[in-house]
Amino acid sequence: MTLNIRTYHELTEADRSDLPGQIGSQRRRVADRLATVRRVVAVLSGKGGVGKSFVTAGLARALARSGRAAGVLDADFNGPTAPQLLHLPVASCTSHGDVIEPLVSAEGVRCFSMAFLVEDGRPLAFRGPETESFVWRGALEAAALREFLADVAWGALDELLVDLPPGVQRFQELTELLPAPPTVLAVTIPTLESRDAVRRALRAAIDQKATLLGVVENMVGGPFAGSAADELAAEFGIPVLARVPFHPGEDVWENVVSKLGSSL
Amino acid sequence: MKFLCVECDRQMQFEERQLPGDGTLAAAFRCPTCGRVVALLTNPMETQLVASLGVKIGGSTITPQPLETVRGMVTTGRADAFADDGKRETGNVPAWSPEAQERLARVPNFVRGMVKRIYLDYARDRGIAEITPAVMDTARTELGLEGM
Repeated sequence: MTLNIRTYHELTEADRSDLPGQIGSQRRRVADRLATVRRVVAVLSGKGGVGKSFVTAGLARALARSGRAAGVLDADFNGPTAPQLLHLPVASCTSHGDVIEPLVSAEGVRCFSMAFLVEDGRPLAFRGPETESFVWRGALEAAALREFLADVAWGALDELLVDLPPGVQRFQELTELLPAPPTVLAVTIPTLESRDAVRRALRAAIDQKATLLGVVENMVGGPFAGSAADELAAEFGIPVLARVPFHPGEDVWENVVSKLGSSL
Repeated sequence: MKFLCVECDRQMQFEERQLPGDGTLAAAFRCPTCGRVVALLTNPMETQLVASLGVKIGGSTITPQPLETVRGMVTTGRADAFADDGKRETGNVPAWSPEAQERLARVPNFVRGMVKRIYLDYARDRGIAEITPAVMDTARTELGLEGM
């Protein structure tokens, strides 16, 4: 007997689970929530320890001081630092209806971070089977990113800066969740090694059809030698937005905002 | 996932969901032509993966709660992460039996407020006047609250 097995998509009867419909509804919820956000800027480097969170916070604070509505989504779930860098004390979150209110810094930056949710000094841990956690942990972190985008009442923002962890996985998840690819701000330190890691990340961003805003070179003038920012700028045809020294003053960030003018 | 009754050449329809324990999620599907029922059993890792995607096999009848997946799955959450979880409900509020209250008290603070709202919404939608452990068990199964 030959079995008449058909493909998944050939079975078209209504299905109560409607899993594709549920996924579609999750995506619509993200799009609806971000409809009042003028632009999502992914701050990435592909490399750890170059100061993405530091640059994100400095820029967000300068944007807020210049009168723009700025938000920071701290997507580094395993090492969240945005609240500290925004001088925002951890406090209880307020939910109403189907949303959670972001916390707002004294300068007006709206922020949401895993630091608000996870106990101090404890790792982000999930309930689940101990074996094969590598299979589901990534899916859970992607779900957390979706919920941070969709369930936080971001309101009307000029810029929502997404502080990404090292690597490109979270960036790819972000791009999949957003209705349109984000704008990308790259952060590097001057070294050759950082240049190579950021290059890979920028290539990934281009593959995802993201627009490249520019590159910020951090930790300039210290022990790290090299010209990573200039080389990346030349290679990708993007501006060097700032060279940030160790211990920068607020004027560094204000210069970035003013340099970018209407593009940011 | 879909199930095909090969004999009838018909797509089988979702019938019911159960959480028999041991991390297993059971979903039963029935052939609309011959009535044959098959049950899909996921192992704990597969159950977790489904929960991680934030989808419910068999669909869901209540409004999702904000940060539902995070709150349902994080085990190192701050007890004081959410300020309004103790907020008093107004209107036609189902009562809690002492046993249900006791069970609710065992839920970690981080997720308790959300779990409470889910059970209240469930009971209200169905005109249930008192939430008991049996109501909680049925809600958990019906709503696909694998993690709560």
